This record gives sequence, C-alpha cells and structure tokens, in this order.
Amino acid sequence: MVEPARNALEPTSLLEVRNLSLGFAGGGRVLTAVSGLSFSVAAGETYALLGESGCGKSASALALMRLLPAAGRILGGEVRLEGRDLLGLAEAEMRSVRGGGMAMIFQEPATSLNPVLTVGRQIGEVLAQHTDLAGEAARAKAEKLLAAVGIADPARRLCEYPFQLSGGMKQRVMISIALAGNPRLLVADEPTTALDVTIQAQILDLLQDLQAEREMGMLLITHDLGVVARMAHRVGVMYAGELVEEAPAAGFFDAPRHPYTQALFAALPDLSRRGMRLQTIAGQVPTLAAMPAGCRFAPRCPHAWERCRSESPDWSAAGEGHRVRCHLYGEGLEATAKRLVAEGTERSRNASVAGEDAPAPGSASPPSHPPLLRIADLQVHFPIRRGVFQRTVGHVRAVDGVSLTLTAGKTLALVGESGCGKTTVGKAVLQLLRPTGGSVLLDGREIAGLSRSAMRPLRRRMQMVFQDPFASLNPRLRVGEIIAEGLRALLAGERRDTAAVVAALLAQVGLDAGAVDRYPHEFSGGQRQRIAIARALAVQPELLICDEPTSALDVSVQAQILNLLGELQASLGLAYLFITHNFAVVEHLAHEVAVMYLGRIVERGTVEEVLRQPQHPYTKALLSAVPAPRPAAAGEAGGSIIRLPGETPSPAKPPAGCHFHPRCAFATAECRERYPDERALSATRVVRCHLYR
Amino acid sequence: MPIQPVLLWSDFFIWLLVAAGVGAAWWSARQPLLAAAWGRVGHNRVGVAAATLLAAFALVGLLDSLHYRPQLPAKAGASPGEKINYSVEVLSLLDGLLTPLRTRVEKTYSEPLATRAYAKEMMEVRQEDGSLRTLRDYPRLRFGGAALGADEVRAPADIAGRALRALLAGVVGWLALCALVSGRLARKVGVPRREGWRRVWHGETTFAWNALLAALGVIVALLAVLVGLGGEYHVFGTDKVGQDVLYQVLKSVRTALVIGLVTTLVTLPLAVFLGIVAGYFRGWIDDLIQYLYTTLNSIPGVLLIAAAVLMMQVAIDTHPQWFATAAERADLRLLALCFILGLTSWTGLARLLRGEALKLRELEYVQAAQAFGVSDLRILSRHLLPNLMHIVIIALVMDFSGLVLAEAVLSYVGIGVDPTMISFGTMINNARMELGREPAVWWSLTAAFVFMFVLVLAANLLADAVRDAFDPRMA
Amino acid sequence: MLAYIVRRLLYAIPILIGVNLLTFALFFVVNTPDDMARMQLGVKRVTPEAIQKWKAERGYDKPLFVNGKAGGVGVVTETIFFEKSARMFAGDFGRAEDGRDIAREIRARMVPSLAIALPTFVLGLFVTVSFALLLAFFRATALDFWGVVLCVAMMSISGLFYIIGGQYLFAKIFRLVPISGFGGGLDAMRFLLLPVLIGVVSGIGSSTRWYRTIFLEEINKDYVRTARAKGLKETAVMFGHVLRNALIPILTGVVVVIPLLFMGSLLTESFFGIPGLGSYTIDAINAQDFAVVRAMVFIGSVLYIVGLILTDISYTLVDPRIRFN
Repeated sequence: MVEPARNALEPTSLLEVRNLSLGFAGGGRVLTAVSGLSFSVAAGETYALLGESGCGKSASALALMRLLPAAGRILGGEVRLEGRDLLGLAEAEMRSVRGGGMAMIFQEPATSLNPVLTVGRQIGEVLAQHTDLAGEAARAKAEKLLAAVGIADPARRLCEYPFQLSGGMKQRVMISIALAGNPRLLVADEPTTALDVTIQAQILDLLQDLQAEREMGMLLITHDLGVVARMAHRVGVMYAGELVEEAPAAGFFDAPRHPYTQALFAALPDLSRRGMRLQTIAGQVPTLAAMPAGCRFAPRCPHAWERCRSESPDWSAAGEGHRVRCHLYGEGLEATAKRLVAEGTERSRNASVAGEDAPAPGSASPPSHPPLLRIADLQVHFPIRRGVFQRTVGHVRAVDGVSLTLTAGKTLALVGESGCGKTTVGKAVLQLLRPTGGSVLLDGREIAGLSRSAMRPLRRRMQMVFQDPFASLNPRLRVGEIIAEGLRALLAGERRDTAAVVAALLAQVGLDAGAVDRYPHEFSGGQRQRIAIARALAVQPELLICDEPTSALDVSVQAQILNLLGELQASLGLAYLFITHNFAVVEHLAHEVAVMYLGRIVERGTVEEVLRQPQHPYTKALLSAVPAPRPAAAGEAGGSIIRLPGETPSPAKPPAGCHFHPRCAFATAECRERYPDERALSATRVVRCHLYR
Repeated sequence: MPIQPVLLWSDFFIWLLVAAGVGAAWWSARQPLLAAAWGRVGHNRVGVAAATLLAAFALVGLLDSLHYRPQLPAKAGASPGEKINYSVEVLSLLDGLLTPLRTRVEKTYSEPLATRAYAKEMMEVRQEDGSLRTLRDYPRLRFGGAALGADEVRAPADIAGRALRALLAGVVGWLALCALVSGRLARKVGVPRREGWRRVWHGETTFAWNALLAALGVIVALLAVLVGLGGEYHVFGTDKVGQDVLYQVLKSVRTALVIGLVTTLVTLPLAVFLGIVAGYFRGWIDDLIQYLYTTLNSIPGVLLIAAAVLMMQVAIDTHPQWFATAAERADLRLLALCFILGLTSWTGLARLLRGEALKLRELEYVQAAQAFGVSDLRILSRHLLPNLMHIVIIALVMDFSGLVLAEAVLSYVGIGVDPTMISFGTMINNARMELGREPAVWWSLTAAFVFMFVLVLAANLLADAVRDAFDPRMA
Repeated sequence: MLAYIVRRLLYAIPILIGVNLLTFALFFVVNTPDDMARMQLGVKRVTPEAIQKWKAERGYDKPLFVNGKAGGVGVVTETIFFEKSARMFAGDFGRAEDGRDIAREIRARMVPSLAIALPTFVLGLFVTVSFALLLAFFRATALDFWGVVLCVAMMSISGLFYIIGGQYLFAKIFRLVPISGFGGGLDAMRFLLLPVLIGVVSGIGSSTRWYRTIFLEEINKDYVRTARAKGLKETAVMFGHVLRNALIPILTGVVVVIPLLFMGSLLTESFFGIPGLGSYTIDAINAQDFAVVRAMVFIGSVLYIVGLILTDISYTLVDPRIRFN
C-alpha cells in the first residue's frame, strides 16, 4: 500500500479518505457499492472524482457527509476532515461539520431547494446553525452571500421563492447556502449537469473564483471530462466502486494510464474522428450483485490476461503523483506499459491524421439532389391563458419562423440550449404537434396541416428516435411487439413475414435475435436505444429525427450509438435531423448545423463553417462555453473565451428586436429595435445578425 | 333429480367474477412485470397469510353461492309420473352442509356452549308425586348439549373432550399436509425431504409457504374445533329467536363478499374508461368527465346512497310482482345496493387514473406510437391501460375492505341490504340493543365483530402487500 | 390570485346546477310522485283519491318541467322542478312530513351537530398528525412498525363497534358518562365527552397511515437532503421543512370537510341521541321523508363545494407557487 508514504508527503491535506467502503442493504443482504476508496484533498485544491453513472461516486460523496439514504451502510474506512475522524463522531457533532466544516451542492437545483420557503429563510437557517449572526446582521450577511454568487438585486431575491428563480440562479442560491457556514471543503456533486452550457460556464467560473478567494478545498464529482479539464487540479477515476487511477490534471490529460481511462478518451466524439468509428468499451458496467473477482474492468479490458481475472491489482506509481491500479504497470511489464501509454497519449491528442479518410465535411450536396425535407417559416405557438375566463392573453412562441433544408442521406444538426424550441421543431415536422404556421415539405409535398388519415401513408417515410431510452419503450410489451408496432400500423396491407423482418432489424442494430421475446427492463440504456432505433427503421424511413438520442447515455455507450447511426446512414442512405446540445456529437456526425435561439435559427451552415468560424455572437459564445476535454484543443474554437451574461429569456416574452441583444456584447441600438434579416454569407451559410450586412 | 338448481343474479355475478379472476390470473402469469409483482406478493409472509385467510372466507362465500330448491317429500300415494314438487325455500350448498346449525333452532337467547337458556322462565315441572309445580328456572335447551341428556354436569368435560379430539384430528391432518407440501417442494428442487422441510420453515422458499401453512394451521384448528362442537352445541350461542349465531356469521360472509366484489364490477369499467379517456384526450372530453365526477363527488356519499336506496325501495315496494320469492327480492336488492355503491364510488379511481394517463400520454413511447399513426383506441388499450393496471389492482384490493365496512354502516342506517338477508350489518343492527340488557347479551356482537375484523384486517393486510409489490416506486 | 379564486367560484355554479338536476331526477323521475304516494300510504289505503290528496298536500300534483295550463311565467314556475328543486337555491326547502319548516329545523339542529363535529375534527387532526409525525420520525424502527400494525388493526374495526364498545365500556360498565342525550350550556360537556372521544379514536387508524405516507414521501425528497446537509437537527428538518411541504397534500383532504362538519355525523348522533342534523337525516331516511332527504343532499353538496373553494383559498396561503402565479 502506498497510503502511509503519501500521507507523510501531504501533511496539509484537508480531507483524508482512507479505505472507505460502503454498501446498500436490500433483500436481507448488503451489496458493496464502493470498496477501498482512498484519496485526499488539500486546502485550495480541486479534486475531481470522475466516473460514469453507477460507479459509486455520488454515494461516496454522501458518505463523507454521512447522508447516505436509509438503505446505505458505511462498511469501513476512515474519513478525516482537518484531522477529525468524521465516521466516529456523534451525530450531534457531525451536524456542526455538515454545512460548517464541509458543505455540499447537488445536481438538481430545481428539487434541492425547499419550494415553500424563501431564499432568505433557507440561507438564514445555515447562518443560525453555524454562525452567531442573527436578525439584521444575518440578513445583511445573506445579502452579501447572494451578491458573492453573482445574483443581482440580492435584497429583493432574499424574499423570493425558488420557483421565481431560473435554473442557474437556483444553483447560485444553492452555492450561497453552501458558503454560508464558511466551509473548509465544498463537495460539488455534478453541480452543472442539469444546466445549459452557457450557464454551466458561469457556474464553473463562479466556483473557481470562490475557491481561490476562500482557499477552500473542493471535491468535484462529475462524469464530464470537459469539466474535469476545466476545473481540476487532481483527478481520481472511479470504475465499478473502485478508484482505478489518480493523477495531477496535467499528467492525466497528457498520458492517461488505465485502460479504462484511455477507452473513455477514445470514446469521445469530435471532428478529428469524423466519419470513423469511435472506440467503444465492450460489455457493460458490472452490477453490484455480480462484481467480477480480480480487476473489475478485466471483463471489458482489451489487454486483460488471466492474472487480471483472478487478482485485484494494487496501486502502481506511474509518474509524479500519478498512480494507477492495473497489472499492466506492475513489475516486469514496463515495456507493454510504455507501449500502451504511448498509444493512449497518441489517441488522446491525435487531431489531424484521422480527419483525412473522413468524407469531406461540409462539401455542399450536388444540386441534382432535391431536398428531402424543406421547412419554411415554421411556427409553433402555444396559447397562454389567464384570468377568470382563461382568455388567451399571449403566446409562447416555441418555434417562431424556422426555415431549414435537409438533403437525402445527410445529417443536419439542430443545436441549441434547453427551451430554444429545437424539440418542438422535430415534433412539428412529424405532425405530433400542429404547426401554427409555415410549411413542411417532405419530398416537395406539403404535410403541415394534413389530416390524420392523409398523413398516415407519409408516416413511414420519417420516424423519430427519442431522448430517454427508459421512457421511449413501453415496459409492458415484448421487444418484438415494440419493433413490429410500426409494421402493423403502417404496413398492415403488405404481406410479409413480421418475425423475419424483426429479426433482421435486430441484427441490423446489433442485438441478439433472442431479444424478441424479452422485455425492455432486461436491457441497458444503450441497448434500449438500439431497440428504439430498430423500431423506427422498421418502416424503412428516409428521414430519422433524432432528439438528443445520446444525452441520457454514458460516454462509452454514446460512442456505440453514434457508431451505429453512422453505419446506418452509410448503408441505408438515411437523412438525420439531429437535435442536440452537444457540439462534440455535432462535430462528429453532422454535415450541416443550424443554431437555434429562442425559437429562431440564428446561424446555419456546414459543420466546417459554423464550428470553425462561427459568425453569430451566440454561436461563438456557445462554442467557447463548452469545456474541452483535451486541454490541447481548448481555444481552438474561437480564440478568446466569451462568457454570456444572464440566461435565456422566456419564449413567452422574447426581448424586442434581436432576441439575443440583452446578452450580446456587440448589441447596438438597431439590435434593440429590429430582428435582423437572414444574410447569406456563402452558398451554404446564413446568419441573422446586424453585424453582418 | 332430487334438487332443482337455482341461479340467483348475485350468484351469476359472483361466478362471473371467479371466471374473471381466473382469466386475470392466467393473463398476468404471462405478463412478466405483473407476474413478478405477484411473485413479490407471494414472497411477503403477511400478504400470503392474509390471502390464505381471505381464501377461506371466499370458500365459504362460494359454497353459499350455489343455490337450489330441495325436492319436497312426495305425497303419500302419489303416482311415479306425477310432477315433482320443489320447496319454495331456496337453499345453498352451505345451507345444506350446515343443516344441523340451520335447523336446530332454540326458543331464544342462549350463551355460547350453554345447555340451558339465558333467561329464567316460568316452567311447569311434574313432581315425583305426579303433581305439577310451577317454578322459575333456566329452561333446558332443546338441542344444546342434548346428547348429555340429564347428565348436564358432564358438559364441560364433554366439550373439552370433543374439542381436543377434533383438534388432534385437525393437527394430524395439517401435519400431513405440511409434509406433503415440503416433500413436493423438495422433490422439485432435488433435495432430501428433511432439507425441504427445513427450507419451508426457515422461509428459504421464494413463495412464503411457511406463512401459507401457518395460516392454514390456524384455520384447520379452528375449523376442527367448530366442527367437533358445532354438531352438539351452539358454539357462538343463539340469538333472540333462537337461531345459531355461528350459522349467521357464516352466512354474513357471502353478503360481505358480494358487496365488496360485485361493486367493483360497476366501479372498474366506469373508472377505467372515463379516467383514461379524460386523461388521454384532454380538451372538452376531459372537461365533461371532470364535471361529471366533481358533481357526483360533491354530494356526500352516504346521502347520495341514501337517496338512491330510498328510491330503489320505492320501486321495489310498488312493484311486488317483479319478484317470485323473498330470496329473489333480497338478492336483487343486494345487487341494486352494489350497483348504487359502484355508481357513487368510481370517482376517486377515475381521478387517479386521469392524472396518471395525463402523465403517460406525454411519455415517449406513446409519442412513438403516434408517430406511426397508431389509432387512439389501440394506444389506449396497448400503451395506457397495461401501464395503469397496477393502480387498478391496488385500488381493487384497497376498496374491498372499505366496502365491507360500509355495508355494516349502511345496513345500520337502514339503507343497506334487505332486513331479511343475513349480513354483518343486520346482525349488528339486531344485536346492538342487547348490550343494554341486564345481563348483557354479548355473543352475537362479539361473533360479528371478530369475523368482520378478521375479514377486513386480512383484506387490509393483503392490500398493503399488493400495494408494496405493485407500486413502481417500491420495485 | 384573485382571478384564480373568482374562477373557482364561477366553476361552482354549473356543479350546483348539476347536483340540483341530479337530485331532481333521482326523486321525481326515477320514481313518479304516484309511486311515492303509494309507498307512503301503504298498500291498504291506496286509492286514486288518496294518492291525489297526498300529492296535492305536498305540491307534487304539478307537472315536472312545463306547466301548459298555467299562463305567463307560471308555465315555468308552477312546476315541481321550480317549486321543489329550483327554490332550494333560495334556501327554501319546503316542509317535512310532520309539517315543520325544514329550513328552520336545519338552523336549530346545526348547533348540536357542530358541538360534536368541531371538537372531534380539531382534536382528531391534532392527534393523527402528531402520531403520524412520530411514526415518520422513527421510520424503519420497531416503533414505526408496530404503530403501523396498530393503525391497520384500528382501521379494520367498523365504526359501529367503536361506538357500541365505547358506550358499553364507559357508560355502562364504568358509568363515567351518560349513555346518550344532549343538554345545553355547560351540561353539554358531559354528553359530548364520549362521542368526541370515540370520534377521535375511530379516525386514528386510517388518517395516521395516510399522513405517515405523505410525510415519508416528503422525507425522501432532495430538499430534505439539502436541509440535512446544512447540519440542521432532525427535528428542525421535520418541522421546518417536511411538515411545511406535507401540509399541502394534507390540506386537500382536510379543508374540504370543514364545511361538512355542519352536517354532523350520522352514526354518532343517532347512537348518542343528539338532536343534530345527522340524526335528523337518519330519522328522515327511516321515515322515508323525501323532502328532508332532498334538502340534506342539496345542503351537503353546497357545503362540499364551499369546502372545495376553501381548499383552493388555503392553497394560496401555504403554497407560494400558487400565491404568486
């Protein structure tokens, strides 16, 4: 064990976790979820705990606070905060640590605040518990805290309730609550996962500033390599309840050592691997009940040999502060290890070579191809009803004049933050929502406003893949029935062997034929998404509307789905309308991009044009807000970092003039008065901004 | 044939429910999610014990739902070809089994297991010298302990002896059953019989056999004692008109089951259909259905039932020609009560289902179906209904106990079952003033209380087990 | 917020009309007044004249909806619907079989009904909410387990037995209180003690279990975890956070019954011989006094609708999301 030595090296560590094990009771036994977790966080340091869902990182954080849910059990180990053993403290003493010694912020700001208490009251509680402030002094302190987390007009906000605040502001309030007790350590559990990228950038900046200012230690729990790259001083990678690699941030991104870490990097989509298969990790994360003996990653590891399957690896040093739990780095294997490191480094840095065999991105489609889908001035408005008689007093302009063109066999990415109306566009194209105005032409034929029966024959030409693989499959139907649903509904007249068709579809999406008789709950998230794709493909559509199909999936699984979509496009000539907020995915598979803001498209063009030389200030800001998972790639997008102030306004009351002007650094008087017209910058490029005329 | 089968309307509905139950069991066994949920109920010891008790009650109720009219003894000298006459009295299989209890009617009150009546009476006793003397004493019962003859002092010993013999027989039978079950289980998983026995009693089986066998043990023991003593004594005493209280309690079970189960035949279709349709279609359909149930809901339940029952009484009283026999009239009145209860109690479930349907219709698999142009009816039946089934099942078992309790109250208020029909409500109603007597007559009420309590408690415990097993948040 | 309340008030109008039509249909369409007369008079005395007389005495001899014989507004007003149903909106309920004015009787009987129902309600709410909080506080312990077992057992006992058993035990065996009856002034206390106690006890089982479920649901929410992460005491978490939020669903069930307290309790009042509206209703049912039952149905639904509106208003008090939207 390396621990004792390390301890001596870092006498100043604020938080010291040693051999922490925890589990969950259920069905009369305790399943171990985290075992032998050891790490330390120094004052002023950000330690990132990185891992995919279900690896035990959030449970570990809750265990530090001794806030595990009722079924959770701490099975052993030691947690020391400034030398005090927290696990041995009496509950009353522990209460002074919670919120005082260390504070925590959670993933969902919307549910983590008490909905019926004012912001002031919720901050005041902490002040009363951990400081001597009371009355006016406490109120003034609360005001100061709100100001410190960047909330304008704090005096007014103190009297408001959480539902009156936007998502980003709620998270700021959460942070102010956490800061109120002057904690030495801040535990941030996926603090920005529920937020949009521009807000995420603001919150990450805020956390960084506060930490530097207060010399706090920070334990940052995240699944996002980009966030780690942006924030962490040191990184710990968790897999299946164990820490498998620990390194200083620089060393970690330069030369990831553990095969799992390397695979994570390789699975990230981006422009450099355009048109290529992404590397994926075979198999799935083992369940708590069936942990493999030996190395827990061995069943999925391409380099595993017998020893990995029988013997759990110990820590091996792999450089300055860099250690890894893998037999490859054990004694006598230096040569293999070196080769691996070199490969990993290569893969994580590699940017240019692979791009060459990709189809020339952004090559404009030959004019002979008529567009498969043409949307012109599409509008979807929802009425707002108010007053005694529920009269319509206004409209939420979810989609307000969107025009797009999609060529057969190509991918158009519709990018935007939550609430911009991108999903509504998708549903309106499918006529799942009735458009208020505008036209949708499928292969030159108007489908907006078609009756249900007239629409029916056209439905087989376009289908949708939904975001949440757990909500998109009916849990009461067999996979075979789910896939055959479209066949029965749309192709009832054609005589065909349904069973054979379903089997062929399953094979096409890479699932076993035995899946036919099983039910969705027996499948993992990625497999479910494959089933959903097979269901859509069953009616042989030409257009697939993909609504964030990978945003609920882990990176390694996302890679599998992106690979599958790419193969299907190549073999079937499908066109994708790909709705997403993730630029990495866009870079990887889109041919054209349209950026949406508050119901309108502000910029569109080929991937090359939009992502390399963004023109609209919003596009620029979006791109610069995305934390890059490779430090080398940072700044590539547009040079200087742009931070957007404020948040997206409500589509019920969009700002006058250009919707973006209140957040735009270049706004002029004209921007406040008139919405800019479309301006074509090239054959493929359109921008709506007064800066370009 | 010595009997003429009679199918009362309530019998029809009861057997319809049994058929539906069997069908639902078959169907849910083929639905892995439902089967898994039922499996969780089967794993829950309290749930299995409660279900076993309820099954015993159900058996009593079913035996009481096979009706017939016995053949009247042929008149002397009647020719063989003459038309056979059947009794006007409609009996059930249970009545037939309980003939001793049913026919051995005393004059009036007697305490449980008594050999003499409860109140002193003026009696004329023939003295040895042949003269008649009037004295005031507790009269000897005609049937209670009749086998003892004059030897009444032997009564306690006789009772204890009979009870013990019966209990012994019961225990032996029960042990044999336990051995059989554990033996079969052992054979199925291929372990020695002793190991099978151990697994059953240590709760190491997926299905809670130990709970089932334990509950069965209690039932068998009680049943054995009742059978052993019931032939000779009035185990629960007799009521004002001398009728055996045990017989009344057993007859009440069917009434409670009919009220608790047949009502759901009315409630379920209304609640399920209107609730789902309102939630799925929204718009004016939703407004209309919401208006309907808010209006119905706004009339306090008891009053609405009272008004409806009053009107039903008017209809029954003014149309005596509709009913052939008194049993038929009481039966139809019982059904009408179920109907009224059903019409007034569907609103809660409908509102619940509407709320759930509103959530489900936004789910992506419903939208996926819409994207295929699947018809609304098919979406309702394939995507919504199966995913709301757990709520329906939970509501079904939860409502049962409430309805059984409601019957007692309604019968007390005078808007329940026909006064001639034996039910917990009418028993309580007849017996409630008896506590005020000196000395108090306590056994009718106690018997009704114990049976009703056990029935409702078992139903509530099963409902808890079912809710825990079916609630997706618990899974 | 004002618009919200006004809208709820307006929504009550069609519901009241619906209730009125429903009761009218139940009392006059399902069975005709002739049927009612036959039943009231008994088989022996039924003659066409007697039926006519019975109907005329009660004003049931008019047409249901449209009176063709009457002129002017009489076409509408001189009908059974107008006189028996529509006039209930104005608080005119007509006369009972014994000739007394129903509206007056109702006013007089409200007081004893409230005297029992109100203390039962307040005390019952306090006891059950406290008990449920206790169980939720000690969740997943033996206390919680046996508390729930007790609740299930208590809710499996018919309300009738609570009353019969209570009367037998406290009034007959211990002779602590009178078995039944009602008195004015301070004397009433003696008579009220037992019915209120029984009312509270009989409600413990189901209410406690329901509130406990609500509390447990709230306890599992994220904001409770936040409150604990602040270092608050468990009691502060329960009272300051959980109770505040649990009040919202509890209010739905509770506020709506407050106006109905005026109606009294059928069982308690009839067992204890209290001259309230509950026993009035029972007597009317037993005497098959249609006019009184009709009046009670109508008043009951009016009170229920008032309860719904009160619920909506109380929401605006406890839930800031409704207050500010």
